[in-house]
Amino acid sequence: MSNIILNRRKLLIGSAALGSSLALSGCNQFDFLGQRGNPVRQALEQANVLTYRAQRALIGDQVLAREYSASEIRQGMKPNGSTEPMTPEYMFLKAQNFAPYKLTIKGMVEREVSFSLDELRNMPARSQITRHDCVEGWSCIAKWTGTALGPVLDMAGVKPGARFCVYHCFDNIQKTLSGDIFYYESSDLVDAYHPQTILSYGLNDQVLPVSNGAPVRLRIERALGYKQPKYLHTIELVDDLTPFGRGKGGYWPDNGYDWYGGI
Amino acid sequence: MTDVEKAPLAKGPLIYRQSVWTRVTHWVWAICLFFLLLSGLQIFNAHPALYIGQQSGFEFDNAVLEIGAVNTPEGPRGRTTVFGQTFDTTGVLGMSGTAEAPQYVGFPGAVTIPSFRDLATGRVVHFFFGWVFVGALFVWFLASFINGHLRRDIVPKGSDISGLPKDALDHARLKLHHGRRYSPLQKLSYFTVFFVLFPLIILTGLTMSPGMDAAWPWLLDIFGGRQTARTIHFGVMVLLVLFFVVHIVMVLLAGPLNELRSMVTGWYRTSPGTPAEAGDKP
Repeated sequence: MSNIILNRRKLLIGSAALGSSLALSGCNQFDFLGQRGNPVRQALEQANVLTYRAQRALIGDQVLAREYSASEIRQGMKPNGSTEPMTPEYMFLKAQNFAPYKLTIKGMVEREVSFSLDELRNMPARSQITRHDCVEGWSCIAKWTGTALGPVLDMAGVKPGARFCVYHCFDNIQKTLSGDIFYYESSDLVDAYHPQTILSYGLNDQVLPVSNGAPVRLRIERALGYKQPKYLHTIELVDDLTPFGRGKGGYWPDNGYDWYGGI
Repeated sequence: MTDVEKAPLAKGPLIYRQSVWTRVTHWVWAICLFFLLLSGLQIFNAHPALYIGQQSGFEFDNAVLEIGAVNTPEGPRGRTTVFGQTFDTTGVLGMSGTAEAPQYVGFPGAVTIPSFRDLATGRVVHFFFGWVFVGALFVWFLASFINGHLRRDIVPKGSDISGLPKDALDHARLKLHHGRRYSPLQKLSYFTVFFVLFPLIILTGLTMSPGMDAAWPWLLDIFGGRQTARTIHFGVMVLLVLFFVVHIVMVLLAGPLNELRSMVTGWYRTSPGTPAEAGDKP
């Protein structure tokens, strides 16, 4: 018995020493978790899959995000990420006030369709005063006006096998030696067909400004800011996200952020 | 018989104090809270400011805490503003690291996971251990309800409330009793942690999820907005760190080996004079 206690004592003292040395030397020990593709990190990432499934099971597909009263708009919408794309294609469109702009729906659809800004503005409009939550932690309330994405997708006719929408954007968020990386995002069809998911062209009763994603920014109101792609030009219906970017379904997911973005 | 009365036992009986449910969940929480704290500070560093209300005031002021660095005639300094009071926190908050390689971050890399700025990884770590933490809490509540731990040791009774002043005095004099049951102060501390702090930190964490705000809009109402919830989440973290410090000090004062043994094996050596019961060991 005393032997067992002695061993236990040694074990306890040893683990206490280990614990305090861990704490004293800072947390460099866990820096390996920052390596994308590290197997331990990949195991921890499975919690995000659990979060996605749990929230999809818990939250009704049609349940709305909170909408606020006009008095809650107390400031301009804070621009973040790309605020002024400088690609020739975008500069050309901007110079002409986006008159030649077309939003294209393609991929796994019955017919590829394109809409000009005027055509989108002539579709039934929806305005919503919602809270934009950035992954960094801040929030900003603003009024977004646009047309619901669901009916637009229906005009193209989504094929039964399609599982995701990939949202392609004009902004080259990152320049690398091997060329520009363009912002893109994706969502499942639940988010795409959600009643508050709109192709927004208006912000706080004004035309959507360049810094906030002109001419069209998608709003997915039950997700974080990086799921609201700005400078949107093409929506592609797919059954697999791996061919795009680094295969994680978005610019920020490719950089280690969770794809679902509802938390 | 008379011999025993003349020479009281030098030790009280060894009692089986902690069930396996309590012991396993205790160490799971210890690991979880370590990772949750350090990954949480990493997440905080992505926007080192706290606000009251639904949103963050960029064109108006509703901040209660701001950590940052400013340029002064003497060079850059770390600066922290709490409730309108500004403090120079160079070396700890806002600016840390060495003179050759200063780091302009909220909390220093020594207390974040990873040690460098990496919000994405901080979130991966935080949400993984968040799930484990909540899972262990659920298991513990269920087991403790069934095995009576909650009723016996956690929820304070009338006698605990009336015994509180004497127990507080005894603790102040460092007269610690190793009884069969938790003392009134212990019960009150654990009750606060399990019934106030843990639920608060979980619910305010959920309030920061735009998905959960759609599912449970009352979250936004009970906490007064997403940004207030974020502030409360941070505040409860501070209280839990304080609890941890007191917890460790009390373990050291009360006899660390005996306390550790009870949380590893379940067996706890009571004070001399504790009446023995069936199932005790000498």
